[in-house]
Amino acid sequence: MPGLGTSFGRGGATTAQSDLANADAILIMGSSMAENHPVGFQWVMEAREKNGATIIHVDPRFTRTSAMADIWLPLRAGTDILFLGGLINYVLTNDKMFREYVLPYTNLSTVICEGFRDTEDLDGVFSGWDDIKKRYDHATWQYQNVETLGYDEGHYGGGGHGKEGTGTSHPNGCERDETLQHPRCVYQILKKHFARYTPEMVEQGSGIPKEQFLKVAEAFTSASGPDKTAAICYSVGWTQHSKGVQIIRSAAILQLLLGNIGRPGGGILALRGHASIQGSTDIPTLYDILPGYLHMPFFKSGHNNFNDYILRHKSRKGLWFNYDTYFINLMKAWYGENARADNDWCFDLIPKLTGDHSHFGYWLDMREGKMDGLFVLGQNPAVGASNGRLERTALSKLKWLVVRDMVETETASFWYNSPEIERGELKTEDIATEVFLFPAAGTAEKAGTFTNTQRLLQFRELAIHPPGHARSDSWFMYHLGRRLKKKVEGKVGKRYEPLQKLQWNYKTEGPLKEPSISQVLKEISGWDLTSGKQVSGYKELKGDGTTASGCWIYSGVFPAENLNKALIRSPKNYLGHGWGFSWPNDVRIIYNRCSARPDGRPWSERKKLVWWDEEKQEWTGIDTPDFDKKKRPDYQPPEDATGTNGLAGDKPFILNADGVGWVFAPTGLMDGPLPTHYEPLESPLHNPLYRSHDTNPPEDKKIRPDNEYAPIGDGRFPYVLSTYRLTEHHTAGGMSRTLPHLAELQPELFCELSPELAADLELVHGEWACIYTPRSVIEARVMVTPRMRPLWVQGRTVHQVGLPYHWGYNGLVKGDVTNDLLPISEEPNVRIMETKALVCDIVPGRRATGPEALKQWKAHKEEAA
Amino acid sequence: MTTTAFLTDSTLCIGCKACEVACKEWNELGDDGHTWTGLSYDNTGAVGHSTWRHVKFVEAAPLLGFGGNAPDLASWTFSSDVCKHCEVAGCLEACPTGAIVRTEFGGVFVQPDVCNGCAYCVVSCPFGVVQKNSDDGRAFKCTFCYDRQKEGLQPACAKACPTESIKFGDIDELKLAAQVRVEELQSRGMQDAQLYDPTETSVKGLHAMFITRGDPKQYNLPPNPEVPTVYLESAWKSSALAAGVLVLGGLFAFLGSARR
Repeated sequence: MPGLGTSFGRGGATTAQSDLANADAILIMGSSMAENHPVGFQWVMEAREKNGATIIHVDPRFTRTSAMADIWLPLRAGTDILFLGGLINYVLTNDKMFREYVLPYTNLSTVICEGFRDTEDLDGVFSGWDDIKKRYDHATWQYQNVETLGYDEGHYGGGGHGKEGTGTSHPNGCERDETLQHPRCVYQILKKHFARYTPEMVEQGSGIPKEQFLKVAEAFTSASGPDKTAAICYSVGWTQHSKGVQIIRSAAILQLLLGNIGRPGGGILALRGHASIQGSTDIPTLYDILPGYLHMPFFKSGHNNFNDYILRHKSRKGLWFNYDTYFINLMKAWYGENARADNDWCFDLIPKLTGDHSHFGYWLDMREGKMDGLFVLGQNPAVGASNGRLERTALSKLKWLVVRDMVETETASFWYNSPEIERGELKTEDIATEVFLFPAAGTAEKAGTFTNTQRLLQFRELAIHPPGHARSDSWFMYHLGRRLKKKVEGKVGKRYEPLQKLQWNYKTEGPLKEPSISQVLKEISGWDLTSGKQVSGYKELKGDGTTASGCWIYSGVFPAENLNKALIRSPKNYLGHGWGFSWPNDVRIIYNRCSARPDGRPWSERKKLVWWDEEKQEWTGIDTPDFDKKKRPDYQPPEDATGTNGLAGDKPFILNADGVGWVFAPTGLMDGPLPTHYEPLESPLHNPLYRSHDTNPPEDKKIRPDNEYAPIGDGRFPYVLSTYRLTEHHTAGGMSRTLPHLAELQPELFCELSPELAADLELVHGEWACIYTPRSVIEARVMVTPRMRPLWVQGRTVHQVGLPYHWGYNGLVKGDVTNDLLPISEEPNVRIMETKALVCDIVPGRRATGPEALKQWKAHKEEAA
Repeated sequence: MTTTAFLTDSTLCIGCKACEVACKEWNELGDDGHTWTGLSYDNTGAVGHSTWRHVKFVEAAPLLGFGGNAPDLASWTFSSDVCKHCEVAGCLEACPTGAIVRTEFGGVFVQPDVCNGCAYCVVSCPFGVVQKNSDDGRAFKCTFCYDRQKEGLQPACAKACPTESIKFGDIDELKLAAQVRVEELQSRGMQDAQLYDPTETSVKGLHAMFITRGDPKQYNLPPNPEVPTVYLESAWKSSALAAGVLVLGGLFAFLGSARR
């Protein structure tokens, strides 16, 4: 998400899935789209069948997606940046840049300040690296002559999900060299940074033979220019890495250089991990952001106030100029009349971050007994999170645990049937956690919206009431809030104020007294508090407290009393206008100003999307313009202009303060302005590029006795392990292993490995194997298949083993928990775990049961390498 | 009423099994047990009394650099198997109770309230589709979503298929579309693309046709499916001949002994 956010301005897919049908080439990487987004994949098939598009799939395994592709390349898990950097190098070396696009629409010509040093200068780190604090100071990454607030102590407590408003002034006149000759212009820095990502290096590091790499490079990069576009699709195969955000940055850079962003058949389709994860970052369940990608404020003495908070995040130019407006509207939605200018809009009532409160952040605190209670809603961390053993043991330290789900998940039952109980590590009678299991309503049993991977809100009406005591999450939260408010009524003290001042007057409907979701959605969309009328979009939101909106990017979804755009199902065109509401403003392909030339004409008839109508003096086209409708293409802003008026008519990336796509990201990321290849945290090999830094320097490994890592080249764990999903199951399996028609499709956990590895280790197809890592041991059925291939990397054979992660100890079909093998680690920006590349050992035979299993695992660990 | 048909184009199949599940959900079928077969990603095994759409997985070692859509090699293909709803159906011919009928849509339908579980249909199907459910006592197979078709809806599997690998519609239109598609695939270099619709055999063509790459046998589509009743004539003749020989032999034996 911050990968896309820093590059373009918004952390979300840049296009609609149906637009893939317009692509001339599609690269699917870090994803098995046919398996995990099968419905969206139909448009890849349309591109292939109707557009003659070349479909390229790069993946450690030959999957069902590879079976539909034209080209498949296996790569060593964890070397995505080598591959993508190789493509960037190919573009620069072979002059494949779409120059007419790149020069006006990106910061390729911008000059970076003098103090900047690249990883090529410093053997693997950028300038500003503090090896003791293990983090970067961004001061030397800034544009020449432009100041910005650097990252400091306090901010490090926060995460990277919020789009950095930069809090700076990026004047339109920051230094640029359109000839791209200046040694510190982004172009020259880029060239130097990726100079060693040659086809030979790609072969050496990732195992992809040079000729094959060149074949793909040519196929993809030639689908570029005024008449052609290419798209990239990725999913958690890219995000769940210790440098996941940078992998996505590599794709963003590539797509900017090729001029594919904001154009039909182009873009980057971030395929999210489940049906409404986009919604759960838009209206976030993340600790470090507020709805609409505003930042959670952090605690920093002296800066703990509204004015400093706004100063930090507001931008002089671009859409973030209105940061304070968006924030004030959110506070008005939450606190109603209680939020006023004279109390800083209840800013003091918002909790302030003091550290890492992400999943692993607080879970490790939980493990140390620092937490009393936990609500787990629609999540199953006992199976889904890394290092299951640590996760489940942590649960036993709670005083109380509330689980709301449709079935009794492994998280709810950990206290009597988890592997820890089986192995005797935990005893039921000794676990003091009081577990409350509440039945949850299913999707058809409640009203609400999903926001899917293409930023599309779709409202679902309630089809049938839930059975028995099952209730929706909104019912639960609303009534819990109501009861908590009642409990603190009349109490005096600052700690009660956030709850007392919360506006919680949703009307309820129906026999179960469900809160009115329509009312909630209207509040999210926003209204004028004086007239009581809905606003038509975020442009009508005011910063004086007269309007309220629960999420500015969703504003416009419910623009009038009886007009719920998320509920409408009358599609008018291939982009889907008339079906649901796509944020922002029902734009389907964001940054679509890029689909026209600087002068406003389309790049070509074939690839037209949005263009300037000289007669009507406005932007028009097939999509809603993601741009000020009336801004002329040749508009030049006056020096002191602010907001989007401060951006010229040929600056499409309106959330970035300089209006251009960021090939080089001066702010917003913790681990570098440019992506660099580092090895996964566990790897059989050293970083072929840099001797001093094998892994992503600011990565947090959370090393502890119950979260050990294997050092590079550890002989006990010689094989690369990657985990993934199957079509037939859903994430941790609660909704699929409990249903007979799905359970029978994939009834048992199995591992996939090559015939060569099977022969080496005497593993027999159909029998059992134990897979060991420094965290745990599991057993799985053996599937020997030529779809797994050994790779030749840095002069030796590297074998890869694959494991789907859907099984657990409950349900109709059970199996060991794959994620027990993974370590807990935190990528520096979003703190996501690394699941896609680690090391393992694999041995024929079944796992021991009970306490013997622990002994078996320890014995393997203690073996000499 | 137009005769409807399936055209299952396996070059568009992504192996997602939505067809299997949609069919089971619509028809409220049971599961097939939870056994891991190790046969690629196929754990339901075959069509039978509780699986009426079944995705076959055929693996061949992939070539480095080539995806499954490359003309050079179809490395991992998927095809959704189903009742063929034969033009001349072995099950229908064999059924002694008249339970199996031809519907107004041209499909072959087992009436569950008439079927007596004799299983004659089971041995008469050249494709091994229909199967008896020993717990229930009756024989079951794909109904061609007769109930849905009567309401003007397409079968559940066709509706669920995300890539339109399963095409449903008028049989003549689909036969034409199939030809066009095979030519198209072959022009792309896929010489192994072919249509499976055995019109030359006694089955006289299918109402569920398949486009596959490589040998159709891999997808449970036999080369010369025959309706067993074509052997009736020669079977009766052989029986008559055998009976005749036996009678003659018997007469000869008795007459011979009578003479002594």
